[in-house]
Amino acid sequence: MKRGLLANLGIAFAVLVLVSPAVFFFLWMLSLSLKFEIDNSSYPPVFIPQQFAWSNYQEVFNSNRFLLYFWNSLVVTGSATLLGLLVGVPAGYGIARMKAMRSAFVILIARMTPGLSYLIPLFLLFQWLGLMGTLVPQILIHLVITVPIVIYIMISYFETTPMELEEAAIIDGADRWQVFRHVAYPIAKPGVAVSFILAVIFSWNNFAFGVVLASRETRTLPVAVYNMISFDQLSWGPLAAAALIVTAPVLLLTMFAQRQIVAGLTAGAVKGG
Amino acid sequence: MSQAALGATVGASSPAASPVGARKWRAPTYWPFVLPAVIVVVGVIVFPWAFTLWMSANEWKIGGASNFVGFANYARLWTDPRFIEAVWHTLYYTALSVFAPLLLGLLAALIFHARFPLRGILRGLFVMPMMATPVAIALIWTMMFHPQLGVMNYLLSLVGLPAQLWIFHPNTVIPSLVMVETWQWTPLVMLILLGGLAAIPTEPYESAELDGASRWQQFRFITLPMLAPFMLVAAIIRSIDALKSFDIIFAMTQGGPGTASETLNLYLYSVAFAYYDVGYGSAIAVVFFILVVAMSVLLLYLQRRAQWNEIRTDA
Repeated sequence: MKRGLLANLGIAFAVLVLVSPAVFFFLWMLSLSLKFEIDNSSYPPVFIPQQFAWSNYQEVFNSNRFLLYFWNSLVVTGSATLLGLLVGVPAGYGIARMKAMRSAFVILIARMTPGLSYLIPLFLLFQWLGLMGTLVPQILIHLVITVPIVIYIMISYFETTPMELEEAAIIDGADRWQVFRHVAYPIAKPGVAVSFILAVIFSWNNFAFGVVLASRETRTLPVAVYNMISFDQLSWGPLAAAALIVTAPVLLLTMFAQRQIVAGLTAGAVKGG
Repeated sequence: MSQAALGATVGASSPAASPVGARKWRAPTYWPFVLPAVIVVVGVIVFPWAFTLWMSANEWKIGGASNFVGFANYARLWTDPRFIEAVWHTLYYTALSVFAPLLLGLLAALIFHARFPLRGILRGLFVMPMMATPVAIALIWTMMFHPQLGVMNYLLSLVGLPAQLWIFHPNTVIPSLVMVETWQWTPLVMLILLGGLAAIPTEPYESAELDGASRWQQFRFITLPMLAPFMLVAAIIRSIDALKSFDIIFAMTQGGPGTASETLNLYLYSVAFAYYDVGYGSAIAVVFFILVVAMSVLLLYLQRRAQWNEIRTDA
């Protein structure tokens, strides 16, 4: 369908209005992180400073054991995502093939449960097991995030893969595991990528679990940034730089894997409703 | 034929093609695939549910002895003004942060449904807030809301509006937080509705065009009704997430000023991890959980009824 010039201008304007809050926010974040204190505390605000304060980033990396916390985040998110895939991909297959959609109901309710209500009992359990002070409690509790995401997305992918191939493989003498490994899994690989990306993002972003379970040595990045506000850092520049570093990996992933994220969120979300 | 080639050709077939003859595959032999997940889910999801229920019937402080008190913790809830207040804050916060993203998400979906250059990149930019780390976002928004140095008051002054105290005043704190929540989660509503728009066939529009229906009439009598189930799904997801909202409120206000933005989740946190009263905290968690499920069931029921009505008018 062809649109007139006026309609085109209207759409261009509407898109501009829609996108500008997001674009402005992230540009402002960047601006805050690159300004010296003088520019950050001036009114009216300075958008592009005369001098860039690259030292803000330097300061973040030098102080506050930032690299340790980065490593903690990597370990927690990495382990929770890999365990989530290891457990969740076969489970999604099993549930899809057994047509046991009712068992997926548990996952749905898990999605509805407030995260904090997992924290109280698991906190007591981890204390009792003597695991506090290590990264293990956080890895385990992040499974609450990753496993449901993976199972839900994988169910929807395995549901749509055709059965004829699997039946043929069975007739050829393959056992169930071989069918899964060599027939079903390769077809559903895009789904694995989608659930991997979403699990990484939501685990990386998680804050509530860490704020309760992490000690000074075991903080993940979101918790570390939060603690910077209250204790170490009061000037805006380094704080904004830290915030940007924390969220940069996720934003990059969003930009490069936008298609998968959109597919996963709409599949997962629509089915998750 | 190689495995990869097989995979490629099959993967290309449309997802709409449903598996044929799937019924005879209902066999218990798939249990080994599910078993590890069952163990994990029981360990980190079902066990906490059960244990929370048990704790809620006990007077139990971290580090102290527990003692069974039955429903006493629940009875205490109804006489706890801070709890009652938190319930109202939660409902207020949720109502706003369902309504605003739904409205804006609908507009955004209608616009992004049109074809225009750079659509993919622009949609990517639009989706970014949803994926960004909430604590990092909250930190920057806190700076932007700063009454003297924040850029928000500067932007208001540009259009001639008076400066606000945003999250630093009891009357404006919840709307300001909802603004952040809306900024962050409108994209999810947009994505869901975009999926809905893509699923609407073109025939109704063609015949409406022939009958001389205006654009507004097409929107009102074709698009909106066909989008309704998707909007309900979006509303359900939004209310679950808004009820549970924690990161942004905690990082920006910690429930303050005073207790002006203390929602159930924030109060739950204080009771359990600041006062270490896990028995009472568990009772709050149980009531909170019931509230979330009740809200979702209500909306699901509305969805069922909406579909039922549609079928009846069709017949």
